[in-house]
Amino acid sequence: MSIDKDTAAKVAKLARIRVEAADLPALAEEFNAVLGFIEQLSEVDVEGVEPMVSVTPMRLPRREDVVSDGGQQAKVLANAPDAREGFFAVPKVVE
Amino acid sequence: MADLNKLTIAAARDALKKGDVTSLELTEACLGEIEGAGALNAFVHHTPEIAREQAKAADARLKAGDAPDMCGIPLGIKDLFCTKGVPSQAASNILKGFKPEYESTVTSQLFDAGAVMLGKLNMDEFAMGSSNETSAYGNAVNPWRREGSDAELTPGGSSGGSASAVAADLCLAATGTDTGGSIRQPAAFTGITGIKPTYGRVSRWGVVAFASSLDQAGPMTKDVRDAAIMLEAMCGHDAKDSTSADLAVPNFEAMLTGDIRGKTIGIPREYRMEGMPAEIEKLWAEGTEMLKAAGAKIVDISLPHTKYALPTYYVIAPAEASSNLARYDGVRYGHRASLAAGDGITEMYEKTRAEGFGHEVQRRVMVGTYVLSAGFYDAYYNRARKVRTLIKRDFEEVFAAGVDAILTPATPSAAFGLGEMSEADPIAMYLNDVFTVTVNLAGLPGIAVPTGSDSQGLPLGLQLIGRPWEEGDLLNTAYALEQAAGFVAKPAKWW
Repeated sequence: MSIDKDTAAKVAKLARIRVEAADLPALAEEFNAVLGFIEQLSEVDVEGVEPMVSVTPMRLPRREDVVSDGGQQAKVLANAPDAREGFFAVPKVVE
Repeated sequence: MADLNKLTIAAARDALKKGDVTSLELTEACLGEIEGAGALNAFVHHTPEIAREQAKAADARLKAGDAPDMCGIPLGIKDLFCTKGVPSQAASNILKGFKPEYESTVTSQLFDAGAVMLGKLNMDEFAMGSSNETSAYGNAVNPWRREGSDAELTPGGSSGGSASAVAADLCLAATGTDTGGSIRQPAAFTGITGIKPTYGRVSRWGVVAFASSLDQAGPMTKDVRDAAIMLEAMCGHDAKDSTSADLAVPNFEAMLTGDIRGKTIGIPREYRMEGMPAEIEKLWAEGTEMLKAAGAKIVDISLPHTKYALPTYYVIAPAEASSNLARYDGVRYGHRASLAAGDGITEMYEKTRAEGFGHEVQRRVMVGTYVLSAGFYDAYYNRARKVRTLIKRDFEEVFAAGVDAILTPATPSAAFGLGEMSEADPIAMYLNDVFTVTVNLAGLPGIAVPTGSDSQGLPLGLQLIGRPWEEGDLLNTAYALEQAAGFVAKPAKWW
């Protein structure tokens, strides 16, 4: 399995990371080095083996479905690059 | 008292309780050392005002009596921990300027116990690295140098700043985190002790997430006793972390008897890697002899899936990272790229993440995106999770056969030079974690203890791996090893 620069571009798009066209071949090469390394996993016989969900066998704890926190609008917005009138502000999303 | 910054936690605790020293004196001694240690680039955010305030409060509490063991102890905190009102940016430009409105559970517990924060410590960006060279703050530097050389060496990673600061006596101890070896490898590279507890022992709440099923925090200290004291203060159930274990935390220090007679120590044959340096082989054999001389029974064991641990890790960790790091979108906190006219929200995400993430982080996020993408999820991600089951099963089988702990090298070499690996492909750097990463995949506790030096005078460490939740027994075995090895060397001060 070899990754070409079109696949690299697609992955970058999915990851929402801008990669300049000139950098795509080098990126594809790096992907291939890493994927070549993890390719060894195909040697392992995993027939009938359950994929690990939790490293320590446990049931996730449950709690009452009630409001337990809130009313911290100013704190939530304190680190936003752009916050206006109590909201996060972003570029126009809908025309 | 002289050289207060060089004290262990245990010695400082005893002196504080006797009234021989104050926390403010300890704190000032450390702040002075930090000021003179800019060349190590270990402390990247300094918090002297907070430190002095906490020290004064600790002194009042000590005077009133009945203070916890960590009361008045000056610590460094890895930049991965969110600390209220103090920059916490995981050594990434994407979190530049981020000051959390909350305190991580670990730092809350330490501060509630009276510990003092001197500042935040350098690390690899988002804890992704083994040499502290991916940091937005620049490299942290190892206080150790090769004999007759002034080449700068890596303190290891990702907890490189923590390791450098403790080894150079800039603080009494530091917090670290370990996803694939990030406490144990830097501890070994700097001649200090570091323990990664069982997954679930220490709350992950408020620790910037890298790979959630692997991440655990732990102490990095000057010796095993200090690791026991500080680990106890960091552990405990936390309702805010759904994977936090609801188990009692023992008094780990009280379990340090040094008596390991009758214990069974496993030596895994698969860790004898091809091309292993003779010095590492010798260190390992000597450590085995030390445990045997202390009365332990030594058995050869097999962990057959060991060779698949690193490739498994390099599927699972990037996959989880790609999901965890999706939150850095330039909307809620941290960096947002300046946009061109007409740029929409997609351009904002893409430009922000390209500017904010360093190269290694970008690569791992994209590898993770790829292995989770349609068509490859089964071939890579699900397969890796199945192999992870087998890796854990290997350990379960040897523990079921009566093995109490497993002895391995901590690293495949001593600390290497900064920049020495820059031409190598990423896989060569990943190999640093070959002995430590299995422990994260299996969720087990592991500790690195310095036991010797290489021919150039650099420290080398061994790793002990314990049964789940048996950190106390593991620490005791490490204590016996530490006593037998008698490693007391310190780096000569050049900074």
